[in-house]
Amino acid sequence: MYDKETVGRLKAAKSKWQEGADKIPAGKTCKAYSDCTTSSGIDVKLLYTPEDVVEMDYMRDLGFPGKYPYTRGYQATMYRGRLWTMRQYAGFATVEESNRRYKYLLNQGQTGLSIAFDLPTQLGMDADHPLSEGEVGKVGVSVSSLADLEVLFDGIPLDQVSTSMTINAPAAVLLAMYIALARRKGISADKLNGTIQNDILKEYSARGTYIYPPAPSMRIINDTFAYCSKEVPNWNSISVSGYHMREAGCTAVQEVAFTLADGIAYVEAAVKAGLDVDSFAARVSFFFNAHNNLLEEVAKFRAARRMWARIMKERFHAQNPKSLMLRFHTQTAGCTLTSQQPDNNVVRVTLQALAAVLGGTQSLHTNSRDEALSLPSEDAVRIALRTQQVIGYESGVADTVDPLAGSYFVESMTNRIEEEALKYIARIDELGGAVKAIERGFIQKEIQNSSYQYQLEIESGKKVIVGVNKFQGQDKPFTNLMHIDSALYEKRHEELVAMKSRRDAAKVEAALAKVKAAAVSDANLMPVLIDAVDAYATLGEVCDVLRSVFGEYRPDASF
Amino acid sequence: MEQKIRVLVAKPGLDGHDRGAKVLARAFMDAGMEVIYTGIRRTPEQIAEVAVQEDVDVVALSCLSGAHNTLFPKVVDLLRAKGADDMLIMGGGVIPEDDIPFLKEHGISEVFGPGTPLATCVDYIRSHVKREA
Repeated sequence: MYDKETVGRLKAAKSKWQEGADKIPAGKTCKAYSDCTTSSGIDVKLLYTPEDVVEMDYMRDLGFPGKYPYTRGYQATMYRGRLWTMRQYAGFATVEESNRRYKYLLNQGQTGLSIAFDLPTQLGMDADHPLSEGEVGKVGVSVSSLADLEVLFDGIPLDQVSTSMTINAPAAVLLAMYIALARRKGISADKLNGTIQNDILKEYSARGTYIYPPAPSMRIINDTFAYCSKEVPNWNSISVSGYHMREAGCTAVQEVAFTLADGIAYVEAAVKAGLDVDSFAARVSFFFNAHNNLLEEVAKFRAARRMWARIMKERFHAQNPKSLMLRFHTQTAGCTLTSQQPDNNVVRVTLQALAAVLGGTQSLHTNSRDEALSLPSEDAVRIALRTQQVIGYESGVADTVDPLAGSYFVESMTNRIEEEALKYIARIDELGGAVKAIERGFIQKEIQNSSYQYQLEIESGKKVIVGVNKFQGQDKPFTNLMHIDSALYEKRHEELVAMKSRRDAAKVEAALAKVKAAAVSDANLMPVLIDAVDAYATLGEVCDVLRSVFGEYRPDASF
Repeated sequence: MEQKIRVLVAKPGLDGHDRGAKVLARAFMDAGMEVIYTGIRRTPEQIAEVAVQEDVDVVALSCLSGAHNTLFPKVVDLLRAKGADDMLIMGGGVIPEDDIPFLKEHGISEVFGPGTPLATCVDYIRSHVKREA
């Protein structure tokens, strides 16, 4: 971005300066010349100058916001047009309690809903399944049928909110329930806004809530892409997620690489199934983590945006500009929260949220300070939401687009992350793509190695975690933790029995038979899923039918 | 040569968070122990069976979903029913302080929360494992 002559003069001046700087005794420079590396092992120099960005071309590498390659943001006006969506992931216990929490959050100024489901729901099991015991309502709300969804969204106008659902293996079924619910309220599917996570690949590599093997899972995802592109055009049919891989321990570079490699796999699969890339790619969204290293994280978001634009243009020849845009949700890093001195977590979350905003996120979840101890309490959730509001309304960082652009360091780091992530993507390509790389355990192994390395650095004190391996003490017991009643399992059991006695059993049976017929054929599953859930077939019943056709995924356990 | 301590690292229930379990498994291995990892989503029955079959000295249970009060005691009961009275059974994960007395009453010898140094867990095993002389 600078001419050769300027950089030449700068080089000379810099070496002269360095002679001076070198005279500072090493002990007094506070790690300045030793070992400063980011989470991804990228060396950080003492000083960055135009020399570090000399190969950059403004129009080629940065451009303008809303224009290719979208490094500076996917919209022209970014937060001047509208702040990011403040979207707190929430859901616990019963549909009634979660419904109250959603209304509370909307009343507090939250602008979108994000539904957390409990593990039985995420695994396509009804609340009365024997394996659900102890898990019902624990990490999210328990939903087993349309009857539950009716209560969950009671009094919430589906055509006015956007709803993000963290649901993967059974994502198509939950989307079917949401569409069926909207229909009953007289709202057509094309008026619905929201997201299903629907990202099965990171379930195999990091998160664990898979049901079926990769091939049929990819087919279900294709069906949702095809259906949404025609019937639910404002719906994000997938949220390709690096978040959980980062939580499982990978680095910033690996997060970008593995997420985009998964994204490539989904686009490739859909194109192979006959979909026109521009018919669905605009509704592919992403989900990233915001971790501790503020500037590395900002660079990560910017690099990811530029990389995806280039991948979609060069690899998939997408024509629609919207197909090139990486739109993403961010959540602050749960794995950085400490149970020691939990108030410090408020500060960590603030810095992480700032990284997401400086990186140009479209929506944001800020974690609550008590989450290393339990599900968040209402007080802690309010502080977390207020943190976003302070950043948005008080800090001034939202006033101008991509404010860190042009920083020698941030641009250099953005370039480095892109370079390193591209190397990983090339390796994954060599292995035959993300699906094959996961089946061979490559991505899992990479994540495990990074997480172990991270832990060893904490153990050795190389990585400082305030309150954990340095500045310990002054812990006071944390009170007001959220507690979920384990008796929920019995309550939900009774509710399901009652619901089943009210529904038309013959209609359910017929609808499930149609699901099976569609599953064994190559017909799109979505219409039959909608009919089935509309007849109050339960999530578990529908998923069991699909299990009987597709089988279940059983990986080897390695560490 | 002294026989190595055998540890089963296990994930009962539906929880898929196994970063901690895998890191610990590796740390135990690096500390010279023999380690078996069950993988995620195991039932208490499956865990007890593997523990007895593999004749382990230690069962290290991990749960981050909040289902520990249901699942951990079940594993203990099943192991005791199989006569594995000497097996050291410990737990870890996102476990509120208030639940720890309950778990200890039900046979979990110690509970380790987030931020516990690896060395603490290794030392705990070494000093508490019950071995035949």
